[in-house]
Amino acid sequence: MSILIAIVALGGLTLLLAVLLITAYRKLYVWEDPRIDMVEDMLPRANCGACGYPGCRPFAEALVGEETLPGKCTVSSDEGRQAIASFLGVDLGEEEKQVARLACAGGTNVAINRAQYEGIRSCQGAALISGGGKGCFWGCLGHGDCEVSCDFGAITMNEHGLPVVDPEKCTACGDCVEACPKDLFSLQPVSHRLWVACKNLEQGDDILEDCQVACTACGRCAMDAPGDLITMQNNLPVINYSENHDTTDPIQRCPTGAIVFLNDEGGAVKGKASKKIIRKGQRAMGST
Amino acid sequence: MSIFNFHKNSFKHGIHPPESKDETKGLPIRQFPFAPVIILPMAQHIGAPSQIVVREGQEVHRGQLLAKAGGYVSVPMHAPVSGVVRKIGNVPTISGQMTTGIYLEAFPFSTQEVLEGTPVDPDTATPEEILQGIQDAGIVGLGGAAFPTHVKLKVPEGKTCETLIINGVECEPYLTTDHRVMLEQEADIFMGIKYLLKVTGAKEAVIGIEANKKDAAEHLRKHLPPDLPISVKVLPVKYPQGAEKMLVTAILGKEVPSKKLPIEVGAVVVNVATTAEIGRLLPHGRGIQERVITISGPGVKKKGNYLIPVGTPLRFVLEHIGVDEAITEVYMGGPMMGVAVSNLDIPIVKGTSGILVFTRKEVELNVKTYPCIKCGACVDACPLMLNPSQMGILAKSEAYDEMVTDFNLMDCFECGSCTYVCPSHIPLVQYFRLAKRQVRKREAAEKEAAAKQEADKKEKLNA
Repeated sequence: MSILIAIVALGGLTLLLAVLLITAYRKLYVWEDPRIDMVEDMLPRANCGACGYPGCRPFAEALVGEETLPGKCTVSSDEGRQAIASFLGVDLGEEEKQVARLACAGGTNVAINRAQYEGIRSCQGAALISGGGKGCFWGCLGHGDCEVSCDFGAITMNEHGLPVVDPEKCTACGDCVEACPKDLFSLQPVSHRLWVACKNLEQGDDILEDCQVACTACGRCAMDAPGDLITMQNNLPVINYSENHDTTDPIQRCPTGAIVFLNDEGGAVKGKASKKIIRKGQRAMGST
Repeated sequence: MSIFNFHKNSFKHGIHPPESKDETKGLPIRQFPFAPVIILPMAQHIGAPSQIVVREGQEVHRGQLLAKAGGYVSVPMHAPVSGVVRKIGNVPTISGQMTTGIYLEAFPFSTQEVLEGTPVDPDTATPEEILQGIQDAGIVGLGGAAFPTHVKLKVPEGKTCETLIINGVECEPYLTTDHRVMLEQEADIFMGIKYLLKVTGAKEAVIGIEANKKDAAEHLRKHLPPDLPISVKVLPVKYPQGAEKMLVTAILGKEVPSKKLPIEVGAVVVNVATTAEIGRLLPHGRGIQERVITISGPGVKKKGNYLIPVGTPLRFVLEHIGVDEAITEVYMGGPMMGVAVSNLDIPIVKGTSGILVFTRKEVELNVKTYPCIKCGACVDACPLMLNPSQMGILAKSEAYDEMVTDFNLMDCFECGSCTYVCPSHIPLVQYFRLAKRQVRKREAAEKEAAAKQEADKKEKLNA
């Protein structure tokens, strides 16, 4: 008898709970577009934030909600973006590929350190101790915070302690822009080939003592550039990229090679008049 | 280690670094010559930078106003030397950044007399007038923080100031500027206290002095003016007793709550050199244009306490006093809280209390950092009862939010006690400075984003 009571009681409880669960499932069900999961599967799941959304899932939600376009995802391959676009039946919204560019060329072979830094091995840490010891107040400290911050392995420090960006791997997520205490990185469309690789705001040749490839604000590039392509602002040439900037005229007379033209391989081409520096080792203080 | 608090007249924890004050404490203050070019950054204090009111090429008189205050938390700047404004542009600073400033070329044959202004009478002026006078004189905390003094002295509504504490502790090793000021400028100090008592409404003033400066305490006691309620208290030697919160605990026996100012327990703390400066400048309506700086350290040939014009380039100072050839490290400020200098072209500023030069012999290069062994030495040293050991571990993994919420990172005032005692040579304070900077940066970004969102909302409503 007692076994029957137990079976009935437990069975009844099971039924009751099952009914409860089923009603809860029916009543409280939130319908979610099944396409979100499918789009998320098609995304690279890097969660880098380059699209402007917190991660791949919110981006997928935005895509399905037609708030944004697949072209915003810079990490996906062309086929991947195309696949999402045709799956959702929307425009690709192709954006021009952007890469991170460093506005400094002062490696250890051309720029000096006035002081030797001891402490936490990071640029952020070094910048706290009266600027980090670099001769130039604006220059790259070379401890590689950007290299550490890059999730895609696109930044490597070269033999002169300068970060080099691999344009193939760079997804323009902007992590290096945040990491740099000297604000040297910025995201630029790849077609912006004309580039000022310096942030020195002082006019004159005094800076050459600290860095041989610094901009001295001589203004030759602004003079040689067609139209209003280049203007001098705050002792630095500023390139107006809305003009036709596919020209190597402005770089030719630059005495230090601070303004460069980037070739297809991502290498910097300097003007004919710029001083050639063939030093491989570290530049000693006082050498010109 | 510190279950028993043997020193009743002090705070708990803290450290005892070698004092190294003997070489300069007996040397009287001497006037330093004028550098041919004076460099004046506009951001010498905490708060908004001063706004330049002179033009390039303009001739200025010593003591003339060069820049007015850029807001309430800001002070004006006065010419430290008669000369001509050579250039207005970027000047190098200790922060490692170029900021706006003035290059002032001194007239070599000028008599360098100081311009007088509107005097503030200590007997007839109202507290507001005195506060304004302190701001107009460009006075900031000369102990090193360079916080505008008039802001600090403003007692907030609903609070009363019972005790005015004059900070003559000078707990940093090597530095003897406050020591010399107390021995030589007692009249200025008492005059300053007269002003400060009136401004704060405090009933009494206590001058706190560490036991290694007994002669200064004796000297001040001997000259105490009979009409002012001033007492001198000698405290046991301990670092960082000169920190505001520690000094309040040592003198009043009360603890200042976290994230609060000493006014919370009815006290206002003012540095003794700042007090002397107030007492000297206000009766003449002058502005601050020079300050006492200790130049010491094993690498210095002519050690001493010098009255140096603000804006004198560091290179000029070092060339003038002569330094050892094996000069390796130069500090601005004391060895505990000062900053290592990376560029000798930076100028002396109002907050510079010392210049220390160390040579190859003393500086250990390429110090190896070992992992934290959790010995707890830093926990015993921290005067604010924080846990530097755990915070150091968190800082390495960039867990800044946890450091703020669970370990009160923002209370840390970077005294350096934890780094000093760490047997693994972990640069804890640098980690904390970095963490604090990142937290502040993030907070500012969040604030900006919130403001932008608000603006967008408003725009949408209007549209």
